[in-house]
Amino acid sequence: MRDSLGYRVFIHAAAVVVAVAVLAPFAWLLISSIAAPADLLSRPLHWIPAHPSLSRYENVLFNPQNGSAATFRAGMRNSAIVAASSVAISLGVGIFGAYAFAQLRFRFRRAILLLFLSTYMLPPIALVISLYLTMARLHLLDTRLGLILVYCSFITPFVLWIMSGYFQSIPKELEDAARIDGCTRIGALFRVILPLARSGILATALFGFLLAWDEFLYALIFTSSLNSKTIPVAIAEFTGRHTVNFGMQATGGILASLPPLAIAFVFQRYLVGGLASGAVKG
Amino acid sequence: MGVVQTKEARPAVPRGGGPWRRLFSREGPTAVVLLLPSLIVVFGIIIYPLLKTLYTSFFAVDSAFPGHYPFVGLGNYAHVLRTGEFWDAVGHTAYFTVLTTFLEVFFGLLIGLLLNTDLKGRWLFRSIVILPWALPTIVNGAMWRWIFNADYGALNALLTQLHIISHYKAWLGDPWTALNMVAVADIWKNTPLAAFFILAALQTIPGDLYEAARVDGAGRLRSFFSITLPLLMPTIVIILVLRTMEAFKVFDIIYVMTGGGPANGTETVAYYTYVEAFSNQLFGEGAALAYIIAIFILFFAIIYMRMLQRGEVEY
Repeated sequence: MRDSLGYRVFIHAAAVVVAVAVLAPFAWLLISSIAAPADLLSRPLHWIPAHPSLSRYENVLFNPQNGSAATFRAGMRNSAIVAASSVAISLGVGIFGAYAFAQLRFRFRRAILLLFLSTYMLPPIALVISLYLTMARLHLLDTRLGLILVYCSFITPFVLWIMSGYFQSIPKELEDAARIDGCTRIGALFRVILPLARSGILATALFGFLLAWDEFLYALIFTSSLNSKTIPVAIAEFTGRHTVNFGMQATGGILASLPPLAIAFVFQRYLVGGLASGAVKG
Repeated sequence: MGVVQTKEARPAVPRGGGPWRRLFSREGPTAVVLLLPSLIVVFGIIIYPLLKTLYTSFFAVDSAFPGHYPFVGLGNYAHVLRTGEFWDAVGHTAYFTVLTTFLEVFFGLLIGLLLNTDLKGRWLFRSIVILPWALPTIVNGAMWRWIFNADYGALNALLTQLHIISHYKAWLGDPWTALNMVAVADIWKNTPLAAFFILAALQTIPGDLYEAARVDGAGRLRSFFSITLPLLMPTIVIILVLRTMEAFKVFDIIYVMTGGGPANGTETVAYYTYVEAFSNQLFGEGAALAYIIAIFILFFAIIYMRMLQRGEVEY
């Protein structure tokens, strides 16, 4: 198959246009984080900063005096702890459920599976009011533990959904062989199935981490101080209060984006392929 | 060719019949043990709060009268449905949902097709296209809010320097423009996902279909409309349903870009619910609103799951 020159020029030009449209806003975020305030507030605007500097990054990462820097730091730490813990808990409970859905036959299997799937699609606003009232009573507001528990409400159904699809793709014969060799079903799950599902588990964990890292509504309502405020909340508050200090906000934004961008960049094929096939095939 | 199978080989699980049937009945207890932890999570932090929200929605839970929560039956629902602000929010949500979903699928289709060509540096292009998807929603909103800033924003600077406009505009200052600008930010972020779904579907289309079409003398455009588009339809429908559900519950980007303003012009149903429940402390009314949204989204969820169950889409 040979493509005409005109066609090849056309698709490459289109790719350049798309790449520019995608990169331009992002580049501006990056430039804003290293430009001097005067450059950001000038008219006409200076697109290329005269004196780029990493001082804001230094400030956010190391300055113990600066209040907003401390909020960003606490936000990053809380986000990392909350996301990692809720993913760990969700994987711990979800993997076994997913295995049951994929490989076992039992009564109400279909009904329970649909129940899990529909809870994943439930809007957080439907749960947040009564969760708020319950957590207030249990003194779990503004704690990381409270947030971790709440995040399991969307990560656990996600794990069940993705992992049960993954387990179905593992040939049943391997498990049968293990059981003929004397493994119990649970023994076969631990010795044969889980090691084989390693890459699926990793992809699910990374996805769950991205979901938790991005979550905003629960975090906004359940957190109020540096104890538990996550990075999206810290950035949203900063945006509302200091519209003009965009340099600092851009720096916080870039730092908050590094973990998800790194995950997406390294695992892109794997992540999006898995998500697309999961969503279309169920 | 009336029906397209979207599933690939997925054997492994025997579906009824065969030598496995005898085992099925013995798997019940194991299944219960394995499922128990997830069932506890789902009932404890999803089903219970959901029922509690339903219960709350029947009472006038109002922080102005602590300790006194009269039963009002469907009163909260009736009150919500009579409020003009609610219907305005429905209008904004519907407009936002239709606009963003349509354009995300449209651009996603174009970019997906582009990603499927033998572009030079395809790996790099793919990595660039995925970036907005990974950017946290709040960072995306904050970034666009700054770009659209009336005094120092990059959009105004760019358009004046290109002599497209002569005066700086307050992009987020007028209700109608602001709603469209929030949509731009949403489209920028969510188009990549649509593009990658389309790409995944394109890669399952066998190349010989195009060979055959070529032999029959079909051009590129003709092959697209007779082969590619019909085969993509199941995926496109799934994206439409998923994006509709997502757009209907849109909250974060509104919160950070406009705070529902100006003049409530960008207030969506989810945002309005948040304001009623948490700013005005009308939990009963908020719960009724939350249920209205949940019912609407579950309606789409059922459509989606029925399509998944069939594993095929007829057209």
